[in-house]
Amino acid sequence: MKLRKVTAASAAVLALAVTATACGSDDKDSGGSSGGGKTITVGIKFDQPGIGQKTPQGYAGFDVDVATYVAKKLGYKADQIEWKESKSADRETMLQRGDVDFIAASYSINPEREKKVDFAGPYLLAHQDVLLRADDTKIKSPADLNKAKLCSVTGSTSAQNVKDKLAPNANLQKYPTYSACLSGLQNGAIDALTTDDSILAGYASQDQFKGKFKLGGLKMTNENYGIGVKKGSDLKAKINKALEDMVADGSWDAAVKKNFGPANYKSEPAPKIGDVKS
Amino acid sequence: MFDFLEGYDLLGAFWVTVQLTLLSAVGSLIWGTMLAAMRVGPVPLMRGFGAAYVNIVRNIPLTVIILFTSLGLNQTLGITLGGGDDFDTINFRLAVLGLILYTSAFVCEAIRAGINTVPVGQAEAARAVGLNFTQVLTLIVLPQAFRAVVGPLANVLIALTKNTTVAAAIGVAEAALLMKEMIENEAQLLLIAAIFAFGFVCLTLPTGLILGWVGKKVAVKR
Repeated sequence: MKLRKVTAASAAVLALAVTATACGSDDKDSGGSSGGGKTITVGIKFDQPGIGQKTPQGYAGFDVDVATYVAKKLGYKADQIEWKESKSADRETMLQRGDVDFIAASYSINPEREKKVDFAGPYLLAHQDVLLRADDTKIKSPADLNKAKLCSVTGSTSAQNVKDKLAPNANLQKYPTYSACLSGLQNGAIDALTTDDSILAGYASQDQFKGKFKLGGLKMTNENYGIGVKKGSDLKAKINKALEDMVADGSWDAAVKKNFGPANYKSEPAPKIGDVKS
Repeated sequence: MFDFLEGYDLLGAFWVTVQLTLLSAVGSLIWGTMLAAMRVGPVPLMRGFGAAYVNIVRNIPLTVIILFTSLGLNQTLGITLGGGDDFDTINFRLAVLGLILYTSAFVCEAIRAGINTVPVGQAEAARAVGLNFTQVLTLIVLPQAFRAVVGPLANVLIALTKNTTVAAAIGVAEAALLMKEMIENEAQLLLIAAIFAFGFVCLTLPTGLILGWVGKKVAVKR
C-alpha cells in the first residue's frame, strides 16, 4: 500500500515535470522575424581566439564580426544582440529547441548536420592544417606527420581525420582544449597541433604567442563554415543576402584581416553562397 | 534508427573502460589498504602522512589529477611509465595511475570505517597473546574489517567505473571519448548519450547486485 502511494506520487511529479518543460520550450520561438525593440539571440564559441571569444572587453572574433554584420542587415543593432555560448555538441539541439536564432560558431557544413539544421553560407573556407614551432623545419607535407607527435582536441573532426585518413601512423595526443596542446607544443613534448587553419591562426595571433608559432600551410581538408538556422527557417535566405553584401562592401576582407592578420594567414577568397567544397 | 552505429567500435571502447576500472580497482585496493594501515598505525609520522594524503587527494577534482599526470608528470617531467614513445600506451598508464591515486583515498576511508566496526576487545586479545601490530592488523582486524565494508567498497567501485570517463581528458580511447567523437559526427546527441548511459548501467548494475549479495554473505554477524 505504501509502495503504491510512492509510485503514484512519483508518476505525478514526472507528469508535472514533462508538462512544465513542454510549456517552457514553446514561448521562446517567437523571436527573430522582426526588428524594433526586440533582441536577437546568436550562438557563438566563447573559447576560440580569432573565431569567437569572450573577453573582459566583450566578444571578439571573426564569427562575432560576421554575426554582428548579419544581425545589422536583419535590423538589429549591436546592443540588441544577445550572445550565447554554443559548444560543438550542443549546436543542433540549440537550434531545434529555438534557444538561439542562428549560430556562427566555426560550424562546418556536413551532410549529417544538414539533415538536422539548415545552413546559410558558407562564409569561410578553412582547411585542416598544423601549427608548428616557429623554428620547426621537419614537417613540410602531410606524409611527414606520420613520424610526428600530433595534438588535437578530443572527439573533434580534425582528430578523427588524422587517425582515419591523413596520417594513420601519427602519434596523436588528445586533450580537451587547444590551450593544453599549446603548452605541450611550447615545451617540445608535441611537434604539431592540428585543426582548422582559421582556429590555429586565431591562437597564433594571441599576444602571448606572437612569433612563437607558425602555420604549416598543408591544406589537408576543406571545412566550409556556415551559419546554422532552424530547419525550414526563413532566416536562411535573409542571412545569405547579408553575407553577399558583406563580401561586396569589403567588410568581409576587413574582418579577416583584423582577426587573422597577425598570424600571416593567407585566407581563401570569400566562398560563393551555396558553394560547399567537399 | 541505430544504423549510425556502424563503423564505431563500441565494445572495444567499453573494453578499455573495463580495463581501466579493473586495473585501477586492484591498484587502489592495495594502496588504499596501506593508507588505512598507516592511519591506524602507531607511528605518528605515518598517521600524519595518511591523514594528509586522504584529505588533500580526495578534495582535488579528478580531472585536475588526471590532467596533471599528463601535463605535469609526462610533458614537463618526462615520465613515461615505460610506455616508450606511444601516446596511447603512456596515457593509459598515466590514467590508471591518476585513478589509483584518487580512488585509494576513498578506499582508505571505507576500510578505516570497517576497522572501527571490529570490537576493541579483538585487538586487545590479540595483543595479549603476543602478536605485534602487523600481525594484529593482518590476521585479526583487517579480515573482519573487509567483511564489513564490501558494500561501501562496491560503492567506490561503481564510482570508479564512472570516473574512468575522465580519462578521456588526456585522450585515452575509452567509452566517453568515443561518445564525444560520435556526437561530433552524427548530430544525435540524446540517442548517443542514452546508448552510453545504458552501457555504463550494464557495467555497474551487476557490480552492485553481485557485491551486495557477497557483502550480505560474508558479513560478520554480531
